Amino acid sequence: MTDSFEPVFDRTPGVEEHGPTVSYLSYSVGLGLAILATITSFVVSQTDLLWPPGIPVGLIVLAFAQIGVHLVFFLHLGSGPDSTNNILALAFGVLIVFLVISGSVWIISNLNSNMMPMPQ
Amino acid sequence: MTSAAIDRISPELPSELARGRGGGGPAPKRIVVAYGFWIFILGDIVMFSALFAAYAVLSGSTAGGPTGAELFNLRSAFIETMCLLLSSYTCGLGILSAERRKAARFLIFAALTFVLGAAFLFIEVTEFARLVEKGAGPSRSGFLSAFFTLVGTHGIHVASGLIALVYLVAQVITRGLRPAVLRRLLCWSLFWHALDIVWVGVFTLVYLWPS
Repeated sequence: MTDSFEPVFDRTPGVEEHGPTVSYLSYSVGLGLAILATITSFVVSQTDLLWPPGIPVGLIVLAFAQIGVHLVFFLHLGSGPDSTNNILALAFGVLIVFLVISGSVWIISNLNSNMMPMPQ
Repeated sequence: MTSAAIDRISPELPSELARGRGGGGPAPKRIVVAYGFWIFILGDIVMFSALFAAYAVLSGSTAGGPTGAELFNLRSAFIETMCLLLSSYTCGLGILSAERRKAARFLIFAALTFVLGAAFLFIEVTEFARLVEKGAGPSRSGFLSAFFTLVGTHGIHVASGLIALVYLVAQVITRGLRPAVLRRLLCWSLFWHALDIVWVGVFTLVYLWPS
């Protein structure tokens, strides 16, 4: 009975028990999707393919899509147990990035619109 | 023995399922080291977020000088983007070769990664030199200060990544693909992929954003 417990208890942080877990295919799919997103971004910004006032939103969506592709296919963040802590840390990082950028833009645009007109 | 304890140590429980939740023994060193490095990368990205915020706020402050639309060369920005993306790809393939203990193939991919990263840096430095020559250096306007700070900081990261790659390749050649060297390579690849993620933000906000 006790013998069957051994494999679970014997693991220590130094153990390298696995071979590689990801394949060449993951990187190739990721590269294809990333190139697609990049080219779409450049095309959308230079043409009237999108309704012009919607171009910033389109660019933001494409950038987030490409970042997602990089995270999943290049950095291998997934739903597996190995990624749980990394994803929690990433969520906190995203929160800080969002607060810093959107907060700065919001405050400064408010400040700019309340400036006295400059004497010409 | 309580039933909960039996559940936890039961050999039927795949240890894969227990990772990161404290059951099934500690996570392997590879996972722990990569997690620590991931925290560093997130810190770096938070620093970049401050530079992005500065650029977003200052991009209209041209002080009567040239605007982004007049200065930037989209074709070279596109070539830079492709260089960095392809170097991320070859970097990933290099790590896979290293994990499979194929040193020769790893060295080829590492060389490709280095060449593509160096090409990116070369185009960027050429562009910077062209701007400074035109009188659009970092001291011309708030917009250009923010531009050179944001893009320059990214460029410095790429340059230090290239130096680190040379150092790691030297380790692979002298010490072989032993576990400690493999873990350093893994951390380096996380750094390199993260730089590509930051670059996605740069080309979207700096080069493509409609003025």
